[in-house]
Amino acid sequence: MGGYGDVELIKNNGERLDGRSADELRPISIEVGILPAARGSCRMTWGLNVAEVAVYGPMEAHPRKIQRPDRAVLDVRYNMAPFSTSDRIRPGFNRRSREISKVTAEALESIVMVDMFPRSKIRVEIEILCAEAGTRCCGITAAAVALADAGIPMKDMLVSVAAGKINDVVVLDLDKAEDNYGQADLPVGILPNSKEIAFLQMDGDLSPEEFELAMKYNMKAVDEIHKIQIDALKSKYSGGES
Amino acid sequence: MGKIVPRLLKDQLAKLAEKDTRIDGRGRFERRDINLEVDVLSNAEGSSKVVWGGTIVYAGVKFALREPYSDRPADGALMTSAELRPVANLKYEPGPPSPESIELGRVVDRGIRESGCIEMASLCVVPGESVWNVNLDIHVMSDQGNIFDACALAGIAALKTATVPANRFDVGEDHKLPVNKIPIMCSYQKVGGRFVYDPCEEEELGGNERVHITLGDDGHVHSLQKGLKGTFSTAEFAEIFANAGEQAEELRKIVEEMVI
Repeated sequence: MGGYGDVELIKNNGERLDGRSADELRPISIEVGILPAARGSCRMTWGLNVAEVAVYGPMEAHPRKIQRPDRAVLDVRYNMAPFSTSDRIRPGFNRRSREISKVTAEALESIVMVDMFPRSKIRVEIEILCAEAGTRCCGITAAAVALADAGIPMKDMLVSVAAGKINDVVVLDLDKAEDNYGQADLPVGILPNSKEIAFLQMDGDLSPEEFELAMKYNMKAVDEIHKIQIDALKSKYSGGES
Repeated sequence: MGKIVPRLLKDQLAKLAEKDTRIDGRGRFERRDINLEVDVLSNAEGSSKVVWGGTIVYAGVKFALREPYSDRPADGALMTSAELRPVANLKYEPGPPSPESIELGRVVDRGIRESGCIEMASLCVVPGESVWNVNLDIHVMSDQGNIFDACALAGIAALKTATVPANRFDVGEDHKLPVNKIPIMCSYQKVGGRFVYDPCEEEELGGNERVHITLGDDGHVHSLQKGLKGTFSTAEFAEIFANAGEQAEELRKIVEEMVI
């Protein structure tokens, strides 16, 4: 975490700087099927974050050495647009984006029925167009929706969300200031039906009690975000016809 | 798409050309619908989104202060880049920028730069010490044909809306980036033996050479590029050059209406 908890992030009345309560999410919206060239796609806004995801495939995996005889591989790229942050980012991969791509791929491989597509590859392209803390959660949550839009069989949805600690208080869904000056961040990826964990990271400082409360907030948020995912898919696929 | 598809497609496109129509039913010089939005991304100092048929492009402007080049101590700089990222189409692979991607970035950059739409002297903060570097990054999200024109349009629209963040850098008050001109790119591709304007994805796949023309406000030409295999006559060029003048006027109106 960037700071030491000495910046005031919670007002006297217990509200956060943007007026949210401790267990309140930023506004979230998802729109499905927004990129015509992709097989599946979605746009997600989460607070000021904007992510767009394209899914291509399943297609033949090449180079051949990446093929798996019994399953598909997920080729996931998390990329931040150069203009997505306050200081411009040089285009191309860095260590951070490579790590996020890796853990995102592994989380998604836990829900996609990869054994249905041996020797193939499914490409997931996560583009962060505007970044205000929580982009990896936004990218993973959006990627699961784009995979569903592409008609890729999955055993469950995947919702990613983070809780953390600011001014010694556990809160849900840190925004930019809270992330910069907060004391802990706990992003998770949860299968909303089974409540199993497919993605987990953490940095900062949490007591066992604080960790438990942070996970409780995360679990509650999973159900809220899952509903937004499903509503977005329904609004494309059950619009008046079925 | 396999290599055989373009051959079958070429035959089909040639037959359509004989009937003077196109694969999506358009006339030779008919453009697809365009939707331009500006100020769409809150972390960019200027931004735009162009939806051009099924092609979708974002552009964002970022500023940074730096020391001027020693031979131009009072001039800032504009750096335009456009990248073909794998998000935009199945055909784009990850990895270092391909020659196609580099060509796109350079052609778009030349059109905007050579139009003189930004006076580099206006980007000076302290002569010899500090000037603005303007980074215009263009991000193709969906390629269904004619990304060149979409990138150029998104680029100039983002510049037109950009605010110089002087306050954040402690060098004065925020102000609009002065952009005096609206350069417009018009691209043509030889499809079925004749040039068409605004090629779609299938026409690019089954087409031959293409020509990109960037025109300034006064109808002057600021950049030209011929790409891909094929040759054309001066009469053919004269025809598309004249058409580009008409198209550019319409596109310039779209930018002017959006950006006041």
